[in-house]
Amino acid sequence: MRPRSLVFWAGVVSLLALLVSLSIATAATNRSSRATASYPAPPVPGAAAIKAKYGGQSITFVGDSVGGGHQRDLALAKKFSQQTGIKVNVVPHPAASDAAYSQLARAFSAKSSSIDVAMIDVVWPGAFAPYLVNLKPKLGAQSKLHAAGIVANDTINGKLVAMPWFGDYGILYYRTDLLKKYGYSKPPTTWSQLFQMASKIQAGEQKTNASFAGFVFQGNAYEGLTCNALEWIASAGGGHMIDNGKATINNAKAAQVLDAMRSQIGKTAPRGVTTYQEDQTEHAFDNGDAAFARNWPYQYGIGAGAGSKVKGKFSVTVLPHGASGKPVGTVGGWQLAVSKFSKHKDATIEFVRYMTSPAVEKFDAITNSNVPTIPSVAKDKAVVRTNPYLKPAIASVARVTRPAKYLKTHYNEASKVIYQGINQILNGTPAKSVLPGIQAKLNQILKEK
Amino acid sequence: MSRSVRLRRSPVGRVLTRLGFWLLIIAIGIYALFPFYWALRSSITPDTALFNTPVQYFPSHPTWAHFHDALSSSYFRRALLNSTLVAGAVTLLSLAVGSTAAYALGRFRFHGKSFVLYLMLSMTIFPQIAILGALYTMFSGFHIIGPIDFPKLYDSPWALVFSYMIFTLPFTIWVLTSFMRALPADLEEAAYVDGATPLQVFWKVLLPLIAPGLVTTGLLAFIAAWNEFLFAVSFIQSPSHYTVPVAIFSFTGTSGNAFQFPWGTVMAATIIVTLPLIAATLILQRRILAGLTAGAVKG
Amino acid sequence: MACHSPSLSTMSSVATPAPTGETTRRRRRGTKLQRRQTRLAWLLLLPSLLIVAFVAIYPLGKTVYQSFTNQEFLAGITPTKWVGLDNYHQLLHDTIFRDSVVLTIKFTAITVTIEFALGLIIALVVNSKFKGRGVMRAIMLVPWAIPTVVAAKMWLWMLDDTFGVINDLALRLHLISHSQSWITVHPLAAVSAVDIWKTVPFVALLLLAGLQVIPEDLYEAAAVDGANALQQFWRITFPLLRPAILVVLIFRSLDALRVYDVFAVFFGNRLGAQSMAVVAQGTIVQDGHVGYGAALCVAIFLIISLFVVIYVTVVRVGDD
Repeated sequence: MRPRSLVFWAGVVSLLALLVSLSIATAATNRSSRATASYPAPPVPGAAAIKAKYGGQSITFVGDSVGGGHQRDLALAKKFSQQTGIKVNVVPHPAASDAAYSQLARAFSAKSSSIDVAMIDVVWPGAFAPYLVNLKPKLGAQSKLHAAGIVANDTINGKLVAMPWFGDYGILYYRTDLLKKYGYSKPPTTWSQLFQMASKIQAGEQKTNASFAGFVFQGNAYEGLTCNALEWIASAGGGHMIDNGKATINNAKAAQVLDAMRSQIGKTAPRGVTTYQEDQTEHAFDNGDAAFARNWPYQYGIGAGAGSKVKGKFSVTVLPHGASGKPVGTVGGWQLAVSKFSKHKDATIEFVRYMTSPAVEKFDAITNSNVPTIPSVAKDKAVVRTNPYLKPAIASVARVTRPAKYLKTHYNEASKVIYQGINQILNGTPAKSVLPGIQAKLNQILKEK
Repeated sequence: MSRSVRLRRSPVGRVLTRLGFWLLIIAIGIYALFPFYWALRSSITPDTALFNTPVQYFPSHPTWAHFHDALSSSYFRRALLNSTLVAGAVTLLSLAVGSTAAYALGRFRFHGKSFVLYLMLSMTIFPQIAILGALYTMFSGFHIIGPIDFPKLYDSPWALVFSYMIFTLPFTIWVLTSFMRALPADLEEAAYVDGATPLQVFWKVLLPLIAPGLVTTGLLAFIAAWNEFLFAVSFIQSPSHYTVPVAIFSFTGTSGNAFQFPWGTVMAATIIVTLPLIAATLILQRRILAGLTAGAVKG
Repeated sequence: MACHSPSLSTMSSVATPAPTGETTRRRRRGTKLQRRQTRLAWLLLLPSLLIVAFVAIYPLGKTVYQSFTNQEFLAGITPTKWVGLDNYHQLLHDTIFRDSVVLTIKFTAITVTIEFALGLIIALVVNSKFKGRGVMRAIMLVPWAIPTVVAAKMWLWMLDDTFGVINDLALRLHLISHSQSWITVHPLAAVSAVDIWKTVPFVALLLLAGLQVIPEDLYEAAAVDGANALQQFWRITFPLLRPAILVVLIFRSLDALRVYDVFAVFFGNRLGAQSMAVVAQGTIVQDGHVGYGAALCVAIFLIISLFVVIYVTVVRVGDD
């Protein structure tokens, strides 16, 4: 046998080092158990009756992706299983929204009974309607507790194909201390005001902080950009990309606001903003490197949390609007839907009833900072305390929805056309060369069945 | 002697050349290893310091927290397991099938041998993307003949085992064939005289002799299968079936919002994934190089 | 290439002239044995051939067939039907695909050239005997061994426009005046940097293997004849290294044309920053257009085959 070389032993040593450190790390993990929410999962109303009828059955719930949301799903499922004897198997969906979509699309088109209940994005009811159970007979009464707009979004051809679960909408984050420092008494109400204020604040702050930017948002070529762009266009009176079944994105007001955004890239918005998703936006703002940020409400909890550099120095308000328009927020959020191919429809519907009840929505709002879809829960004092963006002034902003109901199964593809085009505009191409192409492609997709 | 040679041969010239040489070596080493250092540094930097400007080259308060997070994610652990199983299955299958094929191609003479050899060679440059759509629809199950249906492999690790053969098998056959051919021509004579069957000859005589080749191709097949991304991201949907590259690509932390991308934890996951590979590479570097050059240079 | 079946060679070595009957019998025995050998060989090859047929040949044929249909993944209401060359007509007008082909070819040209040049230099440097050469070789193999996705994520973090170390270093060394968003403004440079980092060491090692086969005495003889280092390189090293160089060039080029991982991690669906494979994968898996996607795949396959043909022709012409 050849004598072993130095390199060989280096490899052995590093392998051993890895094993040792991994065992230390895992052992430490086992010892310090994850802090369970001090707020317990609420009890299941009528648990005994449910247990008598459906106890012993087993259902599969495709829920939130790995992370805090998955933890919440596990806690709720555990409570439900304990009290009703219905075993709930929680499967997290992929983090990327189009991968999550494909997962469900495949299962449904294969008529698989492997999924009983799934968390579906607010833009998917139209696509999945043929595969979902009508919840109106059993949950119609409970649905009246929820926001009418979202219930309408989840009702396709008179069938309630999904129950609202939690909501989301775009809001504007701003640094209260910087506004005061540069002499502004209140946050901007129009886009041009925002650009002005961002420019002045950035000029001042960049003297001491080279990475400071006036305004950050999600400009990457992905679904989030479709949400941002819808807010710009709708708030400027440019329509909703598709109106009444026809693509309307190619209009003067839309082009104007998109070109205005484009002109800010590299000026008040960092050049890299066309690669930003929610995470980079949040990091920029919470690190103190931005004056204004557009993001979903989830950012609030992080910024206000312990150890945050901007704690106590920021607030939220509705997004600005164009000269002739009104403030809007794109609807995000998730619904719960029951598969037509489920072998345990009734037990599953009981699970959905529990999950979309006011008590559970309150639990979700407090432990996960999610926006409740039940207005009464949104007004609850404890909920508002942990989620200040639920103040009526902000929470009642006009919601705009992405044009999913016209696009049905082709929503993903159409959104791709939109966000790729908008990303191209942000990266420097004038809107008038891009919008006609987007409109033509959208009309073509609308024609497809 | 030319002036440059005289200069180079002078003591000063020698020292300078030597210095320049060593600087170059160090530069190459840094170039190869710096990203790993950076990943390591990021994995032990707490979140509060990770998104700081200016950048810290070594954290003032290093932490194990990111490693905890990465390992406490059962989905990441599952991905490590999935990758190991898939890569292991692919390697074993490639070696089993490939060695018998190499036996035929390396020790037998028959019509069509060169055709098969060139077929295998051309397979090594086959672009996987070209058959993505076909495999994608095949895995949803399709009808072969009569009652035989192709199993629905979509979202199953077996879809990967099956499709990875396309790049592991041809290369394995090509390299093992050259190992087989390199063995002396009359090696099997003695065994045949003793009445051994061809399969016994294969198992007892030839296989042990090409053992280094088996180790090499097995290693290369394992690494190739472990690192594959295109098929894995296209055929696997559920997070519990992810392999390591897909898990790293769509990593989400165990806590926090779906929107948050945990750079610190991802870097920790990266270190966890790469350290064994680095260790294996260091331990087996001679084998790996031998295999790669056998495939490339001798071919 | 010759590898005689052992029994045949044994027989021929002991063969002596014999009366016709015996020869015929022996020849008949010879062919029967040969036939059995052949049968056994094909039997041994059967699993491999079946696998290759199922995993590569059948799918390739299926892809070609699909490219003439309008198959959608979620078939829905429109059943799959034959549409002839419609997909190919659409392909010719597809600016997104065309841009991706151009970008992929540019990427290939840049990375293969730089990887080859740097790899050759490094190989020449490491070729000299020095203590720790084994360690150096091992270190150089490491970037190649890790998954490309992992390398891409590491580089993405290093190239971050705010928190990235590349910007920080460049600023400290006064190479740039303010932080760059490399991914946005210099996409091809960023993506090439990762590929080069991952592959240069590997290319260097392959060339090194080729260099080490060249006998030392050739250099000594040339030095005695008064040749300087550069002349030695051109007259001795380069010609003898040629087979290794060609192999490296063709394999690297084909890998670069097939690139997917690093483009997917860096750019996702961004227009003007997609490789051919990214566009095809997105069309099939994200959009569900199996038929049109298959046409894209056929186009990619033809483009890559074209490169192979060009290479083989150039090499053959060079040989003559």
